[in-house]
Amino acid sequence: MTDEPIALYIHWPFCLAKCPYCDFNSHVRERIDQTRFATALRSELAWEAARLGSRPLGSIFFGGGTPSLMNPDTVAALIADAKRLFAATDDIEITLEANPTSVEIARLHAFRDAGVNRISMGIQALNATDLTRLGRQHSAAQAIAALELARSLFPRLSFDLIYARPGQTLPAWRAELRDALTLAADHLSLYQLTIEPGTVYEAMHRRGELTLPDDDLAAALYDATAEEADRFGLAPYEVSNYASTGAESRHNLAYWRYRDYAGIGPGAHGRVTLNHTLFATRRHRAPEPWAERVERDGHGTTHEDAVSQRDRAREMLLMGLRLTEGIDPARFATRTGTPLHDAIDPEILAMAKSEAYLTETNTRLAATPEGRKRLDSLLAALVL
Amino acid sequence: MTDTPLSLIRNFSIIAHIDHGKSTLADRLIQHTGGLSAREMTEQVLDNMELEKERGITIKAQTVRLDYPAKDGKTYVLNLMDTPGHVDFAYEVSRSLAACEGSLLVVDASQGVEAQTLANVYQALDAKHEIVPILNKIDLPAAEPDKVKQQIEDVIGLDASDAVMISAKTGLNIEGVLEALVTRLPPPTGDGAAPLKALVVDSWYDQYLGVVILIRVKDGHIRKGQKIRFMARGSVHNVDQVGVFRPRLEVMEDLGPGEMGYITASIKTVADVSVGDTITDDRVPAAAALPGFKPSIPVVWCGLFPVDADDFEKLRDSLAKLRLNDASFHYEAETSAALGFGFRCGFLGLLHLEIIQERLSREFDLDLIATAPSVVYRLHLTSGATEELHNPADMPDVMKIQFIEEPWIKATIMVPDEYLGSILTLCSERRGQQADLTYVGNRAMAVYKIPLNEVVFDFYDRLKSVSRGYASFDYQMDGYQESDLVRISILVNADPVDALSFIAHRSQADRRGRSICEKLKDLIPRQLFKIAIQAAIGGRVVARETIGALSKDVTAKCYGGDISRKRKLLEKQKEGKKRMRQFGKVEIPQSAFLAALKMDA
Repeated sequence: MTDEPIALYIHWPFCLAKCPYCDFNSHVRERIDQTRFATALRSELAWEAARLGSRPLGSIFFGGGTPSLMNPDTVAALIADAKRLFAATDDIEITLEANPTSVEIARLHAFRDAGVNRISMGIQALNATDLTRLGRQHSAAQAIAALELARSLFPRLSFDLIYARPGQTLPAWRAELRDALTLAADHLSLYQLTIEPGTVYEAMHRRGELTLPDDDLAAALYDATAEEADRFGLAPYEVSNYASTGAESRHNLAYWRYRDYAGIGPGAHGRVTLNHTLFATRRHRAPEPWAERVERDGHGTTHEDAVSQRDRAREMLLMGLRLTEGIDPARFATRTGTPLHDAIDPEILAMAKSEAYLTETNTRLAATPEGRKRLDSLLAALVL
Repeated sequence: MTDTPLSLIRNFSIIAHIDHGKSTLADRLIQHTGGLSAREMTEQVLDNMELEKERGITIKAQTVRLDYPAKDGKTYVLNLMDTPGHVDFAYEVSRSLAACEGSLLVVDASQGVEAQTLANVYQALDAKHEIVPILNKIDLPAAEPDKVKQQIEDVIGLDASDAVMISAKTGLNIEGVLEALVTRLPPPTGDGAAPLKALVVDSWYDQYLGVVILIRVKDGHIRKGQKIRFMARGSVHNVDQVGVFRPRLEVMEDLGPGEMGYITASIKTVADVSVGDTITDDRVPAAAALPGFKPSIPVVWCGLFPVDADDFEKLRDSLAKLRLNDASFHYEAETSAALGFGFRCGFLGLLHLEIIQERLSREFDLDLIATAPSVVYRLHLTSGATEELHNPADMPDVMKIQFIEEPWIKATIMVPDEYLGSILTLCSERRGQQADLTYVGNRAMAVYKIPLNEVVFDFYDRLKSVSRGYASFDYQMDGYQESDLVRISILVNADPVDALSFIAHRSQADRRGRSICEKLKDLIPRQLFKIAIQAAIGGRVVARETIGALSKDVTAKCYGGDISRKRKLLEKQKEGKKRMRQFGKVEIPQSAFLAALKMDA
């Protein structure tokens, strides 16, 4: 699989504030030693590239945290390093996650000049009440202004919204989503609010302070989301992601297609093939200890485990069935070493097909919209 | 020889309804006669099983020997035989009573006579006991001693004018009880020179002593080293130890006529001892055995399955351990398509069933699924053969059955008259036939013949709720009668779930089928695929419910950093599914089995 382009993820672990729903590896610091972390990221990238060799590089993704808080120079240096160390494809996709606060917006020009060609903006909501409740540091007006600026600067633009918020009704979400869709992004990530362990929201939920939609309303919100997106020419290509034709996130597709990806920075995960073996890699989660390790050893890896044949099959199934395109059985067999039909329960497959949760052809096993809506239960039953 | 003259022995038991103060009185008697110092007294000394203490009931018979210097200047040996109060243990009650000459009838002076008291008092009268009425709790403001005395005379036909008025709780007039024992109960009879005859009253397993046998000597003597023979079994053992309970064990030289105590004889399990058997001297055997007892027969059966299939061996060991001490309880291996490997267990009654289940979960830390209790049906087959059936899953094809008989009970219910109407409705809903209805003051006593099968379906709960807890209930088995019975199968996605099938009278079948389908619909969570639940009698579907598919269940965000976590979650889910009861592709949570089995008729 080493002929397939690799994807590169770079993690910037710092945020201005921690959002109450977020369980990502993000940290708030009074002062950030930009130089130190920039150097460490570049070192770790060089170390990883050295062992991977000069493979084709299809995408770079700056995630976080809030990577738009990075010095644009750091972004530029990392992009230049990556392009030099790997064989960047002509159409390489370089995404940077940004928040629509003034300080970050001011840097958008510089990020474009650094080589970023796609912005993924964390908008989350377009009304003041929910923005406050979600702990966001920006207003709806700021968000719209930021999106307009980003669209003028970058060829590709995506943004995130969260729905199924406490108390949200179906008509309210439709209206808000339509407003969002008029902002003419070519890609949207529309997430159902999930209560993650260890977050402020989880504590509130436990105390009964959050009234969340029940499953039936959540399903209705999900269906409405696809309907509204469709009116604006955005099709669901993954459980929570919508794009106009060709505007799918190439980087994220690499995850869902279960391709190789390298993860650089604190807490970053990777799946990389070394000597024909697929390894799951993980870096130290805490920023400072990670940096220390990089400074000492050249990398901050804490875990590096060969992925067993069974786990490869499970992982590829749980990622691949999220995609509208589904899984190619031939590629599945090559990638995991297991024929697709040996990795799934034939009885459940038959039932899921007759219930129209799954469709199967010689070249594809894919979940239908109804199947995707229930994918976790479907996987638990289907995957052997 | 440590023989006590017969004239100085009194053997007695105490009859009382739950909560009327039997155990408290026993404690006071022990305390008063110095059996234990105040410091050693723990509440309800005789109920030493945790469960017995908690529920205030006695399950196994217990005995204690008290020395009482009476007002006549002589010191008497008083043997108290504590008896179980519940109908399920009527068999043990009859054994205990057979070992005594008299009984104390303890009645709560504020509550009056209850159904259970009645049943036991009749047993005592059958055993030709002298009965001394005791009115307890006379210190309570609500006590109405005169009314209760009248009730004792009206309902039981006992002269209660000399009833001893006490408060076991405060210790008031315990002396009066002791004097009544000495002056009003007859001494035992027996012949010390005759060949040994001792009644086996009970036996239990003690981890240090092995099997301990509780006996009552009628004639002759029993002593350490003696070679004894169990007359019914024919087995021969050497006596290792002879003693009494005070209530602690006290080793004695021997036990003579009229005395009660225990022996040990290197016996491994209680199953090797038949309660009701007669012990005699192997070399000088008695000519005839004492009248024995009918062996106890399980009347209620249910399947017990471990929630975690890996606990099957543990369940087997635990059942074997319980059986060491309770030979009245039966079990045999059973396999269910829905519940896997488990045991079919037979009990003396519903309380017995509940107690065993509770002990399994409490003392052995087992999570169990119990199937609906079933009575023992008699199948008369067209082949001419007769079979007993206690598992609905084993019911043969109807074409092979000529007719079925089911067991009936005679139930006595006592209840304040304002609740009588609802009690009568309940009984007739349960196919009851009224045999008698009388009033004592404002309390009614209804005697009904009811199929036992109607009682195992939450009859107690209904009785309690329609009488707000004021009804008391007791029953005895009352033979078999032919009945129009059918098996109702429960089908999940068209497959029958054996563990949910049950037998009911044809007139109740449709309603019960509908009720269980409705319940299951609420209890089985929505799953990936929609689920059809049906109740069927033979090929005829009598009820149907559909559980729709779950509407949404998918992780919103899943990117490169989430794969490992998501995969582990998937593994956990799969592990969880393994622990769930899968039927076809449907997961039936344990709660559904439990609740579906407790059904409202």
